[in-house]
Amino acid sequence: MDHIRPVGAGAPSPEDGAPGAGADPAGRPDLAELLRLSSRGDEQAFARLYDATSARVFGLAVRVVRDPAQAEEVTQESFLEIWRTASRFDPARGSALSWLLTITHRKAVDRVRSAEAATRRDATYHEQNQPVEHDSTAEAAHASLEAHRVRGALAALTEVQREAVGLAYFGGYTHTEVATMLDLPVGTAKTRIRDGLIRLRDAMGVGS
Amino acid sequence: MSDYDAHALSGAYAVDALDDLERAAFERHLAECPECRDEVASLREAAATLAETTALEPPAALRDRVLAGIATTRPLPPEVPAPVALDSRRRPRRRLNLLVAAAAAVLAVGGGVVLWEQPWQDTTHQQLSAIDTVLTASDAKRTSLDFDGGAKATLVHSDTVGRAVLVTEKMPPPPAGKVYQLWLDQPGKGMVSAGLMPIREDQRVLLSGDAATATGAGITVEPEGGSPEPTSAPIALFDFGRKA
Repeated sequence: MDHIRPVGAGAPSPEDGAPGAGADPAGRPDLAELLRLSSRGDEQAFARLYDATSARVFGLAVRVVRDPAQAEEVTQESFLEIWRTASRFDPARGSALSWLLTITHRKAVDRVRSAEAATRRDATYHEQNQPVEHDSTAEAAHASLEAHRVRGALAALTEVQREAVGLAYFGGYTHTEVATMLDLPVGTAKTRIRDGLIRLRDAMGVGS
Repeated sequence: MSDYDAHALSGAYAVDALDDLERAAFERHLAECPECRDEVASLREAAATLAETTALEPPAALRDRVLAGIATTRPLPPEVPAPVALDSRRRPRRRLNLLVAAAAAVLAVGGGVVLWEQPWQDTTHQQLSAIDTVLTASDAKRTSLDFDGGAKATLVHSDTVGRAVLVTEKMPPPPAGKVYQLWLDQPGKGMVSAGLMPIREDQRVLLSGDAATATGAGITVEPEGGSPEPTSAPIALFDFGRKA
């Protein structure tokens, strides 16, 4: 990921003239600012947004739809939607990352529900996570550190909460399907999903 | 929707684990429930952290395709507050209090949309104006039904607009654990779901689906979340009078 913009005075930033625009002091991109610039048609800001988030967007799409070719399509559709609707992002209502992953997840789930692809159904949630590709940039190091934190936070969930959240989020299943898959009484899977997300939220210290 | 435990659906909604009918019903609830909006936002933040564990570098060629795609796509303009003057709309004088309440409800929905449903904002916006478009269409046809106990349901459909709107007054809430579901009778297909009715006494709700091809509409009582096809006898049927 050497195309992430360099920290400090590496390369001048021709459009906005402010080398620090769209990045925090540590050099990590400020996603909300990049979205704001993108909404005005700044393609270079959008390229930086893509570089900073595409691994999470693509990784999520692959995890849900399974088929890499379809995951690429979902990723492409999602970024196009993010570009098109960037002006509708409101930082007061949540983080930029959550906003764009919400768009991605919805598109991925729509894809598997409409296609109901057989390739996805024969693989179960219990298989191991997709490996995180490491490289030497600060962004990747940050990402893997975050992944480590998330895995730690997931330990705060009960087994059934973890499974219910995973089947819903990564499997793209409805709460009714999740109830059947986990042998839960109808109507209780939604409670497990909610309780699990609340624990994850509190353990990660995100949201309100 | 306060009659059933809508709050419990916030987690499933945040991770897209509701079916279409449940989602439509929950989004109507969200428009009226700031607590649920806050909770969904916070649970989406939590869910987004899960994507940290599955990060995967996409192929380099994808970057080129994405950037080529945006180069030919115009970003949408920002939402600006619509200069809608409610008092400029012609409304009957009678039942003023109810109308004021209805107007306030519309305002609340609009406000909630702007603050809340970012990715799907346009759709909901279209719904609000679509209701007005149907109700004021020159070819709008109305069919009213009176229920025991003073409740009234009026179905308004317009062939030029292609949509139908149900206007209810004094509707009693459905039995516990049940919802009112709306249907359009489509030739060759039978009753096709047109969405769930929010649980309020007086309201206007846009039916999903093509009203220009439908020969009628109906309301049934269905289990919470709705059904793919009617599972009970309709409590109301509206004939669009096309057979004449």
